[in-house]
Amino acid sequence: MSAVLRGPRDGIKVSLMNPAITPPAPATPGDQAPVDQVGESAVPGGPARALVQLRGAGVRVGDRMLWSGVDVVVGAGEFFAVLGPNGVGKSTLVKAVLGLIPLAAGTVTVAGHRPGAGNDAIGYLPQRRSFDPGLRLRGVDVVRLGLDGNRWGVPLPGVRRFSARARAAHARVHEVIALVDATGYAHRPIGQLSGGEQQRLLIAQALVSQPRLLLLDEPLDSLDLPNQAAVAALVSRICRQEGVAVMMVAHDVNPILTYLDQVVYIASGGATAGPPRDVITGPSLTRLYGTPIEVLSTSDGRLVVVGQPEVPAHHHDRHQP
Amino acid sequence: MITSGGELNPTLSWNLVQDVRQVFEFPFMLNAVRAGTIVAVLAGLIGWFMVARRQSFTGHTLAVVAFPGATGAILIGVPASYGYFAFAITAAVLIALVPGGGGRGHSEESAVTGTIQATALATGFLFVNLYGGFLSGTNALLFGSFLAVTTGQVHVLLAVAVAAVLALALIGRRLLFASVDPVVAAARGVPVRALSVAFLILLAIAAAEVAQITGSLLVFALLVVPAATAQTLTARPALSLAVTVLIGLAITWVGLFVAYYQPYPIGFFVTTFAFATYLSATGWAHRRARPRLRPALTP
Repeated sequence: MSAVLRGPRDGIKVSLMNPAITPPAPATPGDQAPVDQVGESAVPGGPARALVQLRGAGVRVGDRMLWSGVDVVVGAGEFFAVLGPNGVGKSTLVKAVLGLIPLAAGTVTVAGHRPGAGNDAIGYLPQRRSFDPGLRLRGVDVVRLGLDGNRWGVPLPGVRRFSARARAAHARVHEVIALVDATGYAHRPIGQLSGGEQQRLLIAQALVSQPRLLLLDEPLDSLDLPNQAAVAALVSRICRQEGVAVMMVAHDVNPILTYLDQVVYIASGGATAGPPRDVITGPSLTRLYGTPIEVLSTSDGRLVVVGQPEVPAHHHDRHQP
Repeated sequence: MITSGGELNPTLSWNLVQDVRQVFEFPFMLNAVRAGTIVAVLAGLIGWFMVARRQSFTGHTLAVVAFPGATGAILIGVPASYGYFAFAITAAVLIALVPGGGGRGHSEESAVTGTIQATALATGFLFVNLYGGFLSGTNALLFGSFLAVTTGQVHVLLAVAVAAVLALALIGRRLLFASVDPVVAAARGVPVRALSVAFLILLAIAAAEVAQITGSLLVFALLVVPAATAQTLTARPALSLAVTVLIGLAITWVGLFVAYYQPYPIGFFVTTFAFATYLSATGWAHRRARPRLRPALTP
């Protein structure tokens, strides 16, 4: 029973990487056309609030389209989830928003601009990171690196006495550590903390530069269930309190389902976006996958995605680090 | 080698001030202390980052590469100093060029690094043999010597060390970010790959400098041990760096002082003091960590 409750990841059995199901190419293939941001948007809230916008976006890996036709608008302060089975390219979508990989088709804008590395408006938490147990650096130091680790020079000891900026930085680090409830262990070596404790400090690190968008790549992965619930609630609280838009990659929607505003569900080649109750439905996913899929709702409100049993093999469990 | 007409068989008295003054009576000893001090500071600072980046094996290899550098330089008749730097930096660039290398802990990098290390030792001995007849300094090149440090060599050590420390100060914060958290650092616009190459070159410079005092094989005494000891004692980066340099200076000075009164090589003393420091620090950290468990154990 508990295996069934894992949700979308294990439920859907389809050939994920089949190039044959690649949908029709977007109107402007290989498009690098200028981005006109102030355009039309069908999403409630309008384009003025759009923080992240992907239009007809597609990414190519080698000669194969990983996904394409992705239309996504994330408004300011929204909690947005990127869903889909393993290996479909969810992390790649995050990297496209970060500007770390180019799009093969369509456009992406972040706060109206083309994405690029070193964007202070984005706080990023990559997938499955844990620190070497022997790393002798405190949690507070790791959080601090998120604030000024990209600057030249070295921090001088005692500079706080003379510099208002150093005092402000110090205060900001402690404020954000308090926000994620990590004050109790932020001064211990980070390698000795538990996965959940490290994850909170890493969220603090992503938040410390006061970004408008948090990109969280599977932050609940490798946490136990109580910690999954706690970190999901924490992220939702940050989203509401601080007005930070959150774009979270997840392979199991259930821990965050009650907090979500919008989701995009990526399948091989295609994608469908909207409010979770519209997207994670039998008909919607059946249309997306082109194979009969059922979405069951348990008595406690959890969603279980059940797909057609499929012949073995063809399970490309590729992890893109 | 010993030019001064002073006492050639110094004896240790109970008057420490007089003993220290006696040590500094000889110009070669003064040069040894100067060189040791320069090298200890540089090795401490660079070694701290090396330990944090888990690149100790690479550091050791760069030090071993200094051996064929020195013998090769002697073979063609240029100062050994140049050979140390030229070979170590070349090896650093080679290691950096390995595809997928330059980062940390890649097995590919380790394999290439090991290969370079073995080749370096072999080449060094080839050069010794090619030199033919008489290269008396082989032991000194491998295990260290402080008697032959010239004033000119001290100047070169100082100039190179100052440049290296300034470079490290410039990239320090970005290097730490790239070392601890390369993925996020790259997303924040930190040039992780370039920093990694730059650090390898700084590491080569430090290894080449240390090798001139402790010998190629005992570079670890100053490059790894002080940093590893300090990181055992504290997780505060600034304090940890300061403690690293202090430990490096202490074991160098005490090593030189004791070696002056003993017929045995300095490399042995520096290494032994370094090892003893590391052992006591580890023991202390272990003891300090233990009482936390006690309240849970006692009823």
